[in-house]
Amino acid sequence: MNQAPIPSRPQAIAPAVTSSPPPRHKAGSDAPFFVALGGLGGSYLLLIVLMLAADLAFTSPTHFAQVLQKPEIQYSIRLTLVTCTVSALLSLLVATPLGYLLSRVAFRGKWLVDTILDIPLVLPPLVIGLSLLILFHLPLGGTNLEQLSESYLGARITFAAPAVVLAQFAVACAFAVQTLRATFDQIDPRPEQVALTLGCRRSQAFFRVVLPQAWRGMVAALTIAWARSLGEFGPILVFAGATRMRTEVLSTTVFLELSVGQLESAVAVSLLMVVAAMLVLGVVRLLGNRVLQ
Amino acid sequence: MIEIENVTISSGPFVLAELSATISASDYAVLMGGTGQGKTTILEAICGLRPVASGRIRIAGEDVTRWKPADRSIGYVPQDLALFPMMTVREHLEFALRLRRASRAVLVARVDELADVLSIGPLLDRRIQGLSGGEAQRVALGRALSFRPRVLLLDEPLNALDESTRDRLCGLLRNIQKRDGLTTLHVTHSRSEARLLADKLLVLSEGNLRERPIADLSDADGPAATATSASEAS
Repeated sequence: MNQAPIPSRPQAIAPAVTSSPPPRHKAGSDAPFFVALGGLGGSYLLLIVLMLAADLAFTSPTHFAQVLQKPEIQYSIRLTLVTCTVSALLSLLVATPLGYLLSRVAFRGKWLVDTILDIPLVLPPLVIGLSLLILFHLPLGGTNLEQLSESYLGARITFAAPAVVLAQFAVACAFAVQTLRATFDQIDPRPEQVALTLGCRRSQAFFRVVLPQAWRGMVAALTIAWARSLGEFGPILVFAGATRMRTEVLSTTVFLELSVGQLESAVAVSLLMVVAAMLVLGVVRLLGNRVLQ
Repeated sequence: MIEIENVTISSGPFVLAELSATISASDYAVLMGGTGQGKTTILEAICGLRPVASGRIRIAGEDVTRWKPADRSIGYVPQDLALFPMMTVREHLEFALRLRRASRAVLVARVDELADVLSIGPLLDRRIQGLSGGEAQRVALGRALSFRPRVLLLDEPLNALDESTRDRLCGLLRNIQKRDGLTTLHVTHSRSEARLLADKLLVLSEGNLRERPIADLSDADGPAATATSASEAS
């Protein structure tokens, strides 16, 4: 009685199960994948290394020493170090509050502020230099910004060292803002809120709870701003000029040496910039890691 | 004492309307309710982290509805604890007292006292990374108690803990509350936790905040059970 239904069921299912056991699956080697990744990614690494190697092959230590002895180039190195550091610090000073506000505060028209802050990232640097030049010389009730700064600050801006800093800052700060905004976005707002219940003003919560967590981002922003400043050329050329012993920074030195056919000098200075950039990156990374430990 | 009077809180499409409740001084009140009912929202409104659209919130008789969180003197232990990642345990306990410019002697005495009560003495100079769940809870509790608040708000403080730690912390919470006579509002899903702690039971269900007799907690078919069964099952 009860045997009848039982054989009929296995008969329906069993053939499917026994006749085709699942084929043994083998995933195969992962090597081709990593070889392809390494090959494609490595090609860029190779390009960078080859460029630097070519520069090194082109110049010699004696040449390097000769270049370093030129007073114009010594001046250029000093001005570069000073202006890059000043503009990076200024960028950090401005970008920290801006990044925090953009990350934490919602307000009407935020999209517009975001868009404006992105302009320096997408605009050709030359246009930024030109815009700065126009800004400082636009007639303003019988005077202009350049004259105002000369009479009130006692310093020329255009075609002088402050113009170098301003041109670097105008671009570098946009990168610092991006970095710091991302930093603050990643910092959990909850501890900050609890700090408010413990008796903090917003400023105290910011300085005591948020800022200590933003160290890594601030170090990164400073590095990026410094490196951007080092590489700035177009805006400096237009707004500060390329006057030897006045507004010449290393990027303009490369241009000036090239324009008078001194290819060896241009290459030596380029290598100097590479070394400077790598030193700053290395030192700042070490510092950043130590701060976090 | 905590008084909530016709309070309406709205955040986006979520609205809690016309809530009222009173927690007498030195009472240990437990607030229960299913997930997403807005228990945390009520705590945040009481401590000033969430604006109140209308109604009044009074702490010890003072209308604090428009006060800044800093001025309310409320100890708050959020569900995620929100410990300060860059500080040691000691710095957590000192944080609120330093804001109040406490003297060195007061600072040392209070930290020692809290470390003793909460059994976190050996942890004082450790960073919060690597603390166990129970240790982190006690640090958050110590931070909230450090400045002798008028009211203590606890948001599911024993949730992610194993049973023995949970029982120990329950005892600790009850002792602290008894010793200091601190008005406490404790949000939880757990009926056993509520049974151990509650002087007063509040239930938030479908936008209504109601007081229930404590007896409801032992009665499996009581209204509190119906309100919380879904969340406890999950």
